Amino acid sequence: MARALINVPAKARRGEVIEIKTLISHEMETGFRHSTIGVPIPRNIITSFVATYNKEEIFRAVLFPAVAANPFITFYTVATESGTIAFEWTGDNGFSATETATITVE
Amino acid sequence: MKPGMTKLGFVRSGALIAVLCIMMMHSTFAEIPLAERRSGYDLLSRETRAMQNDDTANPGMLWVLDGEALWRAKAGTAEKACADCHGDARETMKGIAARYPAFDPARGRPVDLEQRINICRSEQQKAPPFAYESKDLLALTVYVTRQSRGMPIEGAVDERLKPFVDAGRALFTRRLGQLNLTCAQCHDDNWGQKLAGNPLPQAHPTGYPVYRLEWQTVGSLQRRLRNCLIGMRVEPYAYGSPEYVALETFLMWRARGLPVETPAVRP
Repeated sequence: MARALINVPAKARRGEVIEIKTLISHEMETGFRHSTIGVPIPRNIITSFVATYNKEEIFRAVLFPAVAANPFITFYTVATESGTIAFEWTGDNGFSATETATITVE
Repeated sequence: MKPGMTKLGFVRSGALIAVLCIMMMHSTFAEIPLAERRSGYDLLSRETRAMQNDDTANPGMLWVLDGEALWRAKAGTAEKACADCHGDARETMKGIAARYPAFDPARGRPVDLEQRINICRSEQQKAPPFAYESKDLLALTVYVTRQSRGMPIEGAVDERLKPFVDAGRALFTRRLGQLNLTCAQCHDDNWGQKLAGNPLPQAHPTGYPVYRLEWQTVGSLQRRLRNCLIGMRVEPYAYGSPEYVALETFLMWRARGLPVETPAVRP
């Protein structure tokens, strides 16, 4: 089960630039390593991260094997209106995780 | 060059021999005065400190969340959760980790927190013990230790721990391995200097289990000790061995008074 930590300010002024921080637990196995008996360890990474603000996409990232375990992604956006910011991570082996945060804009 | 030794290995061993020579010149074997003790946190880069300080940026917090879920999950044939006996960990586990390893009268020796969790598991929950360094054992240990965050390490106040502190000190100051090094040569005599470009910490176990960026995961103090031993070219002890617990007991005594930082972040 993937755990995620989200940091979105609960309140912001209209037009304010806010920082959003996301952290998710994932081993990000590169696919380049071998086990102790020489068997290749299959790739298992998060390949995509998408953030939407009231269903409008505000940030997207494509992830590759060089990204460290437990990816920490932060970005900025402009607080336009109150609502929900939703996050979705998808990856190998059908991996999928979602989180949401609410923000009040005054 | 020895057969099978890579060029990099050769350069590294050259660097280690240079460090070793410097250390032999500076061997004073003095314990660090109480007022001069500093957590490894003081040697961190600004970015790594920021990561440890912010609970939404500290990856160790993911293990805290896992540990919290395990604390409430029923396990074993006894169908008991940790919470069924111990209640709310935020209250009942406060300060507990600050006095571990603790003396176990039934065994006549100290046990560290990982061992205590596994004893509870096998004796109370009637469940198979977790493997050392398994995600579940680390998660529960991080969760329990976090409840003591900010509290001073007690450090072997129990009189019955004194012989084990002494045994740990003997190991800490004993020359070991192919490089003929002691722990104290790095961590008592040369802390603050550089080893292969990295600052040498005083080795106070204030933040274990720790999220180590190099490991890309959380690891126990025993894993860290094992890491140091391999660097010294010592055959490491088995996980859970009395040598490790004695070293842990000594290190916690040595760090007495410093605040618990778990889950700490280290490079």
